[in-house]
Amino acid sequence: MNGDVWIIGTAMTPIRRHLDRDVLDLATEASLGALDDAGVTMPDLQVMAVGSQFEPFTFGQQVQKQIGQTGIPLYNVHNACATGATAVRSVLMEIKAGEADMGLALGVEQMTAGSPPYRVKPPPARRVFAPEGRDGHVVPTEGVLGTGQMFGVFAQTGTDYARRHDVVGFEQFAKVAEKNHAHSTLNPLAQYQRPYSLEEIMSAEMLAYPNTLPMCCPTGDGAAAVVLVSDARLRTLDPDVRRRAVKVSAAVMTTDPYDPSGFAHPDVNTLTRNAADQAYERAGLGPEDLDLVELHDCFATAELVHYDNLRLCAAGGAGEWIDRRSPWRDGELPVNVSGGLISKGHPIGATGVANLYEVATHLRGEAGDRQIEGARVGLTHVIGLGSACVVHILERAAG
Amino acid sequence: MGGPATQVPVVDYLVLDDGPPHLVAKRCDGCGATYLERRNACARCTARTFSPVRLPSTGRIESFTVVHRGAPKRVGPFVSVLVRLDDGAYVKANLVGVPPEASAVDCDVPVRVVTYPAGTDEDGTEAVAFGFAYDGGEG
Repeated sequence: MNGDVWIIGTAMTPIRRHLDRDVLDLATEASLGALDDAGVTMPDLQVMAVGSQFEPFTFGQQVQKQIGQTGIPLYNVHNACATGATAVRSVLMEIKAGEADMGLALGVEQMTAGSPPYRVKPPPARRVFAPEGRDGHVVPTEGVLGTGQMFGVFAQTGTDYARRHDVVGFEQFAKVAEKNHAHSTLNPLAQYQRPYSLEEIMSAEMLAYPNTLPMCCPTGDGAAAVVLVSDARLRTLDPDVRRRAVKVSAAVMTTDPYDPSGFAHPDVNTLTRNAADQAYERAGLGPEDLDLVELHDCFATAELVHYDNLRLCAAGGAGEWIDRRSPWRDGELPVNVSGGLISKGHPIGATGVANLYEVATHLRGEAGDRQIEGARVGLTHVIGLGSACVVHILERAAG
Repeated sequence: MGGPATQVPVVDYLVLDDGPPHLVAKRCDGCGATYLERRNACARCTARTFSPVRLPSTGRIESFTVVHRGAPKRVGPFVSVLVRLDDGAYVKANLVGVPPEASAVDCDVPVRVVTYPAGTDEDGTEAVAFGFAYDGGEG
């Protein structure tokens, strides 16, 4: 079909605290891995996009200086937790516009080892109240005007869902983490690879009710990359490349539309629903056609509400859905068989590409011990708070 | 400088010197949407002018969490709530006057704005914060 874009190569690094490697090492491993997987080299590409939330300036060009300087256009992208997916979209749109027929999208982050977000400002010499910012605050507002910390924000998103729907409480949220930690025991790339019992999860340190420590994604380092091509270019490639190609049947990005509550507390639901609905329409598919889903479980509370937002469960039925073990790898619709952000890890810029790696690998039948047998259609979802949402639907090549 | 210690609000949309402490929003002259922070234009209708509007001091809790990790030392574990005020405006703040426990939070009980001291600077000026308390409770 004319106009389709395909993934022909993908790779990701293990997610770890890579204290002995720098961010360029990670970027290079994923980029060259994806090119090798596709059987192409840098001179084959006409465009590149590099997503990192924290690397400054022209970081992507530093990556090119390690893997090949061919003078092609490059987009440096950051979009919170949707950064990697936004890099993918940047390449995809160049191909759809006819400006390129092959490109590389990379997402990478190094969150340990003293990277930029952990630099702190020295305190002022003399403390006198003076209004700062658009709210004229005179003291830091965290802990005074509620919380803006990520695990607290997503905790409130969860308790809001629990208030509005039955069968949702601490235990249902904890079951999400139990599942994802169980799933990651099969994923050698995951940051955590051991199971946690439900009791262990529920009795662990409470960070922000109802999210305990093992219900929250860790910080970690990693990178993932995909090589995208146009329909026309795919037809010129080797039969083996074509056989392993994965079609991008929908690539939808949304931002948060106006809502009166959104200024006090980010609304992660509406933009996800909008993205999912548009993606299903564009792909001509529905949730019932999906064989696996990688969704943005930065916290256990987030995963539960997204069952509903992505229409995976009956409206309002996310609690009952996890109670029935529907999203387990042997359930009705496997969700986050990689271990998800909670257990696989969440190097911010890499996440929106790593989920494509995971789904594409299953659709190719190459996921090893964690393979979902016969998978033909998969969905990926990321949300960057602020907010940006990207949903992709991928399909295995016909035949 | 001398003189008596003064009070300042923790944020500029909390008004302390015009009757009982209350919140004042910026209301869009085009569509009536309200905002707490300084605005350039309306996110809902794109109009560019705003007028101050006094917000009601009562509402209900829509969501909450009890923050343990990363809570400021002088605050300790706290309850963060999103409150829908009686006019439909949303505000996030702490729920005060209750222990920091999930079982202490009841989304069906009305809450109202209360104020409390949130620190003093080196000139002796006191910052006054607002929070929410169960209506009929302390404060």
